Amino acid sequence: MEYIERIKYLIIGNSAGGIGAIEAIREVDNNGTISIISDEPYPAYSRPLISDFLAGKQTIDKLNYRAADIYKQNDIKTIFGNRVTNLNLDNNTVLLESGHELGWDKLLLATGGTPIVPPMEGREAGGVFTFTTLADAIDIDDYLRQKPDANAVVIGGGLIGVSVTESLLKRNVKVTIIEMKERILNVILDEKTSYMEHKAIKDSGAEIITGHTVSKINSNTHGEVYGVTLDNGDVIPCGIVIIAIGVKPRLELINGTNIKVNRGIVVDKHMQTSVTGIYACGDVAEAFDFIYGENRLTPVWPNAYLGGRTAGLNMAGKATDYPGGTNINSMKYFGIYIVSAGMISAPDKSYQELIAEHNDVYKKLILKDGLVTGMIFSGEVDRAGIIYNLMKDRVNVESFKQSLISDDMGLLSLPETVWRNRLATVPPVNGVDCAVS
Amino acid sequence: MRKIYIKEEVCIGCGLCEVYCQLQHASVHDLIKAFKKRGPRPLARARIEAKGNVSFSVRCRNCDEPQCVYACLTGAITRDIETGMIAVDEEKCIGCCTCMLVCPLGAIKQDKEHKKMIKCDFCQGEETPACVTNCPNEALYCVEYNGTNIELAAKAPSPF
Repeated sequence: MEYIERIKYLIIGNSAGGIGAIEAIREVDNNGTISIISDEPYPAYSRPLISDFLAGKQTIDKLNYRAADIYKQNDIKTIFGNRVTNLNLDNNTVLLESGHELGWDKLLLATGGTPIVPPMEGREAGGVFTFTTLADAIDIDDYLRQKPDANAVVIGGGLIGVSVTESLLKRNVKVTIIEMKERILNVILDEKTSYMEHKAIKDSGAEIITGHTVSKINSNTHGEVYGVTLDNGDVIPCGIVIIAIGVKPRLELINGTNIKVNRGIVVDKHMQTSVTGIYACGDVAEAFDFIYGENRLTPVWPNAYLGGRTAGLNMAGKATDYPGGTNINSMKYFGIYIVSAGMISAPDKSYQELIAEHNDVYKKLILKDGLVTGMIFSGEVDRAGIIYNLMKDRVNVESFKQSLISDDMGLLSLPETVWRNRLATVPPVNGVDCAVS
Repeated sequence: MRKIYIKEEVCIGCGLCEVYCQLQHASVHDLIKAFKKRGPRPLARARIEAKGNVSFSVRCRNCDEPQCVYACLTGAITRDIETGMIAVDEEKCIGCCTCMLVCPLGAIKQDKEHKKMIKCDFCQGEETPACVTNCPNEALYCVEYNGTNIELAAKAPSPF
């Protein structure tokens, strides 16, 4: 029988989750073999920074998420530019596109998300792109170098759409955003803050069409895009289309296995899947959301790292619970600073909204039964983490909720036991010194 | 690593920790010049909170589980293995405020002018940071902390 190399910790995916895992594993286990596989050819890069690259603000070498020698320093074997084509759960092996086979003791699925591309006519045309990877950004950059006068249509007014719009405007590309819902950024912002961004984008010269979808991408006889047709029949001429509708869990490897999947891979508090020894994190996983009290997709970078870290610690034998995550976003598009976490508005009458508004400051909390279930701060976002951690720690704020949206909100807005715990005013005696767990 | 602890019961909320922090991080180390003659005013990395009779000085505590490091989108926030301090790499920081959103102390703030995040840097390797040295009531003190044992560091000489 052919010898198959067995890796103690095999990681599929080399982004926030994968890096979180390898850094955690090496905190616990200095010697166990680690291999990390990615179909992307580069060392881990900061995915949110691909917009800075496209805008021409950063060169590729500045996008590195960690020091270039992180793999060497941690004795990690990298298998980049190669893809896992099959998972064999009977033998604990993966098959790579290159034909190689590798075995694992512990496996982490950190495969991330894949862009949602609806089955619209013309999506195969030249000049149609998605925008989630560095390769996408490089392709768009190359295309626009050849066609610097192209106007762009961005399909989708969510984070990816707004992000690529900002980059394109910085390159003096004219942009029209098409958003299906009635307002942009509708998943992460409420009406008020969404309108702030809407106005800022319009003021920067882009067009925004809401309440419509693209029904067809039009291309010429060379197969190159020259415009889009909307659901109402309107035609918008353009030389480039970016499909930015969102991402969904990248599940192609898992489909057909007995790893339990809901919308994403379902994981327990140790980030372990329904199959012992196999873990998942990041955009592909459905992990605990402390606001909703159930497993949900929260495809944001910080949760991917934290999930990867938790998985890594558990894989290496240090039992650790995932603290939970919720949808958190911090944005500074077009110079407007907004942070949001959890719910963006009261879903029904059992919730309460608290709002403070003056000058350019807007602060909103969503509460239920004394617990904060959501927050949006704009204009003045300093110290927002004090509230985010109240959400995370499930602190009842009923008696001091009003002070949380005042200008001088601080630790002293909280009950004494809470601020003492966070400040750790007394030096540690048992060796544990940490404001949060 | 050395950590700063507070004795909130003797803090009078005078705010000198903030003032000396600002001065330490100013381009000139002359109080009048730094505050009045060279705009904009330097930013403090410590802040005073006061309410009723209670007041204390807040700054980064270099948490054992640093949420800012885990959340940073670009890898700009890291822990220095040698010193244990958590630092922001200004070149990599894009000023997105994600770290600010997860910090339980609200100890990271925005430098709006430079579009970067800033935090306590222990006065860039000073034995005793300016806020501790200049606290008139010794409401701030340094402790040597290595995860298991602690030793009270020598008290800072009072300037008063």
